[in-house]
Amino acid sequence: MRLRGLMQARTGGLLALALVIAVLPLALPNNFYYQVAVLVGLNAIVCVGLNLLIGYAGQISLGHAGFFGLGAYASAVLTAKFGWPAPLALVAGATGVALLAFVLARPILRLKGHYLAMATLGMGIIISIVINQEIPLTGGPDGMPVPGFALFGLRLTGDRTWYWIVGGLLLLSVWLSLNLIESPVGRAFRALHGSEVAAETVGIDTARFKVLAFVVSAVFAAVAGSAFAHFAGFVTPVEAQFLRSIEFVTMVVFGGMASVFGAVVGAAVLTALPQILTAFHDYEMIALGVVLIGTMILMPRGMLPSLAALTRRWMR
Amino acid sequence: MSSQFVQFLIAGINAGAIYALIALGFAIIYNASHVINFAQGEFVMLGGMMTVFLLALGMPLPIAVLLAIAATAVAGMVLEKLAIEPARGASVVTLIIITIGASILLRGLVQVAMGRNFHRVPPFTGDDPIPVLGAALLPQNLWVCGVTVLAVLALRWFFTRTMWGKAILATSHNRLAAELVGINVRLVMLVSFGLSGALGALAGVLIAPITLTHANVGIMLGLKGFCAAILGGLGNFPGAVAGGLVLGLAEAMAAGYLSSQYKDAVAFVLILAVLFFLPGGLMGRGSTERV
Amino acid sequence: MSMLSVDRLRKEFGGVQAVVEVSFAIEAGRIHSIIGPNGAGKTTLFNLVNGLYAPSGGRVSFLGCDVTGLRPYELAARGMARTFQNLQVFFNMSALENVMVGCHLKSDTRLLPSMLGWPSIARGDRATRARAVELLHEVGLDAWVDADAAAMPYGALKRLEIARALAAEPKLLLLDEPAAGLNPTETREIDRLIQRVAAAGVTVLLVEHDMRLVMDVSDRIIVLNFGRKLAEGTAQEVRRNPEVIAAYLGTAAAQGAGSRHA
Repeated sequence: MRLRGLMQARTGGLLALALVIAVLPLALPNNFYYQVAVLVGLNAIVCVGLNLLIGYAGQISLGHAGFFGLGAYASAVLTAKFGWPAPLALVAGATGVALLAFVLARPILRLKGHYLAMATLGMGIIISIVINQEIPLTGGPDGMPVPGFALFGLRLTGDRTWYWIVGGLLLLSVWLSLNLIESPVGRAFRALHGSEVAAETVGIDTARFKVLAFVVSAVFAAVAGSAFAHFAGFVTPVEAQFLRSIEFVTMVVFGGMASVFGAVVGAAVLTALPQILTAFHDYEMIALGVVLIGTMILMPRGMLPSLAALTRRWMR
Repeated sequence: MSSQFVQFLIAGINAGAIYALIALGFAIIYNASHVINFAQGEFVMLGGMMTVFLLALGMPLPIAVLLAIAATAVAGMVLEKLAIEPARGASVVTLIIITIGASILLRGLVQVAMGRNFHRVPPFTGDDPIPVLGAALLPQNLWVCGVTVLAVLALRWFFTRTMWGKAILATSHNRLAAELVGINVRLVMLVSFGLSGALGALAGVLIAPITLTHANVGIMLGLKGFCAAILGGLGNFPGAVAGGLVLGLAEAMAAGYLSSQYKDAVAFVLILAVLFFLPGGLMGRGSTERV
Repeated sequence: MSMLSVDRLRKEFGGVQAVVEVSFAIEAGRIHSIIGPNGAGKTTLFNLVNGLYAPSGGRVSFLGCDVTGLRPYELAARGMARTFQNLQVFFNMSALENVMVGCHLKSDTRLLPSMLGWPSIARGDRATRARAVELLHEVGLDAWVDADAAAMPYGALKRLEIARALAAEPKLLLLDEPAAGLNPTETREIDRLIQRVAAAGVTVLLVEHDMRLVMDVSDRIIVLNFGRKLAEGTAQEVRRNPEVIAAYLGTAAAQGAGSRHA
């Protein structure tokens, strides 16, 4: 039955992901690869959240790097300039981003299609410009150093430690978002995507659920941003930049919309690919552009759903 | 009128004209295909960089400029043929990502060919400022405004008087009906992308002598052109021109009188305000969803 | 007290009068129908009653309260459900999930318990699922429970919309051309379904083109023409009304009561 199949896909998928995270270090020859793996994990957390908004609720955002950047800078500024403990700074950053997203969500998500794209893009760019210009606080375009993350007097340092932390965080985000999708809230999200009019007539306050999806996805991004700041030990406005927002959306769509694991796969491929392509130096961007165009033309639904459909056809 | 104000006015109209040209490029492609072409800014970059390249080959400026515009038009058509047409019927997000892929590709190609340095294109007719009411007007400012006005008039003529222009408009209103009356919709798409490429390149060539050009110059210009297009109501030609001018002036005045640091934010604050309070753009009309 | 009353309702679209000063009242437990030629304003009237459109003038009262200007989801919470002439199915879900979304109002939609996967959420979901299966059975879609909505035939989708609307346990059900595009056998099934729904205590307001269906099931009929109310009464009364015959039934009646329009 479909129901049981779904439950299995859910726990099975989680187990598979846990297994990959557990076994992957065997294949990571040195610290550089651990760093890449941590970046993959952080991007994947953002994408799992963003997928709730884009893939499930059907609302585009071209500004989520703004939330990632705000999370990162909240942690950086509160710990470095105000001496807050890192966990408190993380929570404060996430709460602040949640509030900001909540306030902005209603007017922004009233818009549809290209207007929504424009508004979220504008929001993200304004955030990145503020980070760039508030030099006394943020260090401006040069960025600023971030103290390490200390938890109960325990300092979290080293790429390998961060690998396990981010791996755990990723599992947690995937679990949370799978739970949400399989709940009435998740169905309401998908109903928005399917038909807003029909959703309203069965009693769904569409504005409320759009806001909810927006806020949840923003918080995922903010937490990933905080973790990134402490992991990297240094933040620059590049993290909040427009192109970063585009990267996140691209990862979601590339991996497969409305597929939690698709978002993880998309983040993994598109984070790791440029690292591998740096071997080609200047040709990196050309290759990335070609890969993006090619995948979108050949697999418009994204990698994971398209590949899944393909294997299903072979199995028959 | 203070000379300072006149100076800001000149800067605003100058930038506004450029934004208007870019916004027109967005509008033409949007009308023909309902695609937002995020590579529009790269057309602007290509116009400037291609001119630099051709000048380096020893060509005279007018030839280099015309060739750069023509080459960018071809680039636009190639983009349509290789990346947009094969993805017909894909969702809005998918198409957005395809054009973003194209913009990364174009930037990558130019970086490989010409590096990441800033380049200068000489002004078309010298750079001795002309004093106007105490402010300095560059000859290139006149070129920007004059050519933009000519381009807008030419477009108007093209869309209202020529068979091709009418075919594009017909396709934008109703693709199926256009196909039924025998319009070659594929060719219309191709021409629209070519035209957009040419307009973008024109903007790039005009502005390059004033601001310098480099491989990443298209990102911000493209986004602001998109702002202008939305400001005027997406797909509305007079709206795109008006949106560009409003944006350019607002930016120049804000930079002059409020804060030059936040100059780049003006366009986006403005667009958010307009979208929040007038969701159809300055010239758009509200519509009721049909059920 | 009437269940729904509409008082001098008006709607114009940029100067075009779609609905003009329409008033009527609907008694609980009956089947009412709105008929009228194409473009008479029937669907617009539905959209006004249901809150999708804001009226240009007039009032809508539902269960004794003024509900003019309320959003559709607020009306749904008060017990109004509807189907659509042009299908509004969630094509990104299965048939079962479509109906489960219909149960939204009775579901637990607190964010944190949902994200943390509290057992109460899963329990509630199991109950919702069982109820949805039951509803699909009631509308005769047992064979399609796990099918993707996108893969279902037109006739099944029409019934899926009814099941989804019933899932909200409405007091008033608005059906917009439930038989449009169906063959005579399917139309008869819809006919029986509507009567079963009404017998279960749900008040039904029907917009329909199929004359035989309307005449068979309706307790009262309201006739619209050019956005105005032309007549109101029982099937017999409406059939005999000369104005109605001239405006609408004239052609349809001549072709026989069973004529249909797509």
